[in-house]
Amino acid sequence: MGASSRVAQALILAAVVGLFVLLAVTTAGHLEQRGIRSGFDFLLEPAGFTLGESVLPVDAADSTLLAFVAGLLNTLRAALPGAALALGIGILAGFGRLADNPLVRGLASAYVNAFRNIPLLLQLLAWYFILTDLLPAADAAMRLAPGVFLSKSGLSVPWWGETGFEIPEPGGFGIDGGARLTPEYLTMLIGLALYSAAYIAETLRAAVLALPPGQRLAALALGMTPRRAFIDVLLPQAWRAALPPVTSQLLNLFKNASLAVAIGYPDLVSVAGTSLNQTGRAIECLVIVIAVYLLLSLGAAAISHRLEQRNLKGRPA
Amino acid sequence: MSRIHVLTIAAALAAFTAPAHAGKTLDGIKSRGQLACGVSTGVIGFSAADSQGQWRGLDVDVCRAIAAAVLGDANKVRWVPLSSQQRFTALQSGEVDILSRNTTWSLTRDAALGLHFTAVTYYDGQGFLVSKKTRVTSAKQLKNAEICVQSGTTTEKNLSDYFRAQGIKVKPVVFDKFEASIKAFFSGRCQAYTTDASALAFIRAKEAPNPDDYVVLPEIISKEPLGPAVRRGDDEWFAIVKWTINALIEAEELGITQGKVDALKGSADPSVQRFLGVGEDLGKSLGLDREWAARAVKAVGNYGEIFNRNVGADSPLKLPRGLNAQWNKGGILYSLPLR
Repeated sequence: MGASSRVAQALILAAVVGLFVLLAVTTAGHLEQRGIRSGFDFLLEPAGFTLGESVLPVDAADSTLLAFVAGLLNTLRAALPGAALALGIGILAGFGRLADNPLVRGLASAYVNAFRNIPLLLQLLAWYFILTDLLPAADAAMRLAPGVFLSKSGLSVPWWGETGFEIPEPGGFGIDGGARLTPEYLTMLIGLALYSAAYIAETLRAAVLALPPGQRLAALALGMTPRRAFIDVLLPQAWRAALPPVTSQLLNLFKNASLAVAIGYPDLVSVAGTSLNQTGRAIECLVIVIAVYLLLSLGAAAISHRLEQRNLKGRPA
Repeated sequence: MSRIHVLTIAAALAAFTAPAHAGKTLDGIKSRGQLACGVSTGVIGFSAADSQGQWRGLDVDVCRAIAAAVLGDANKVRWVPLSSQQRFTALQSGEVDILSRNTTWSLTRDAALGLHFTAVTYYDGQGFLVSKKTRVTSAKQLKNAEICVQSGTTTEKNLSDYFRAQGIKVKPVVFDKFEASIKAFFSGRCQAYTTDASALAFIRAKEAPNPDDYVVLPEIISKEPLGPAVRRGDDEWFAIVKWTINALIEAEELGITQGKVDALKGSADPSVQRFLGVGEDLGKSLGLDREWAARAVKAVGNYGEIFNRNVGADSPLKLPRGLNAQWNKGGILYSLPLR
């Protein structure tokens, strides 16, 4: 990169930052003019509301900031396992679409087409209402194993609770004790994973098909089985091409997790919405949500960029 | 008496007798020929579009009454449906002239959001709906229950306040859409549903698979005075909205109905005369003409008629007047004197 282009870049950056500062100052001025209280001081005041489920125990007396953190943890709790699941299902479905067996190929293709072509919000709502309609009522929970119950209230499993290690048992309104994976959480996990996996499958298929056909033929000529040829020759090369689009799919999954509030899962956006209504600080709450998503996405992009760089090093020029 | 004194007195007299300055908001409404009214995206009885796309409801009629008072035509209203997240910003930024959207009047909102609440048009309170199967008869029995809530109101905070005071833990399940929240409740996901009591009556009557399987619990856990708000910084407009609502309430007390407005112009009662602009001119101090209140009532009826048509006996909601009856009929509705 030449020195002049560096200077140009720095100037552009300065201009963009300047623009945002100007925007912030003007907005703050206007808000004050109209007698609207602004600022982030509300973050330290008691939230006044609780979250239905949270890995971090938060109380209504805790600060709004803590509620935001709990909301963020809930987002991550759904998005991270969702991403792992999406990757796994995506790789399987991608293979499926390239399989020689027509039944496997047909099933994989039906899955990919159905899930890629229905809006995620509809999928989430459908999963959620199927789940809550089909499951037995909380007071008639299904006992899957000793201490494991499934009902409209979710999946209860033995876990450490307020009184030490707890084994769930039927109580007042269903199942008390242990840890509970709510229908909202399960829906987020299943919905996000299946939706993103369909895209990942297509990306992988495209990457494998883009390889020169000679690669597969040469591997077969060396006496490899089709499966070995796929795993040892085709996949490593395809993976390199597929990595950037797959990362971007995983990022999308994370951003899609913001639909959680539609099905009652208390994620970051849900907490921000409630705080916004409690305090009236609309701009501040949205800025927090934007900043968090931006930072996490940029972080993930940086990691993926480094992975790509490392991959490129191993490649013949 | 010196000349200066005479001038001062003349100026003072002029100030008293000249029509009050109309204010920026009213000027804008007049030049546009339309009142921009912020309503909900659909709360039956308060503000909702019917099958013909006509907006109907108590909050809607308040806007129509104001349009009739200031523009002479109740139909000159632009309806702006607002989500609960958008509503305050829309008012603050000037997108709407009035926010008439089942909004609770509270200290924080009144003091910190750059707006003024004008008057209470409906006294509501938060309650609970439960399935009879749970055999719950009081909110105090809801320990460890999961409670479905729609986000974006004061509901979540009231819920948490009430149960903290009772020393009971409950789990809120918060949805952003009304439809999703009640669907989840009726599918059995939650043991209780909470929102304003007026809405609970509607949900039980219209949304429940079988209304008799559900019961509204006796506890009302919060005060929810609902009413329209206007932007700060325009006292004249604030006064017009405040007094038009008071006029609707006063009309009921005086027995002035939509059908009798014209006939009552011959009434001997000074209060009625004043109201209809036959006697004193009350409109002048508001920057309006003398028939402003008569037009408002002629357009939408008095408060009692508005109530019955939208949420009361003549509506599907069939809500009792309760607190919303006149002060001399067992309620707390009390119009400030129009004189």
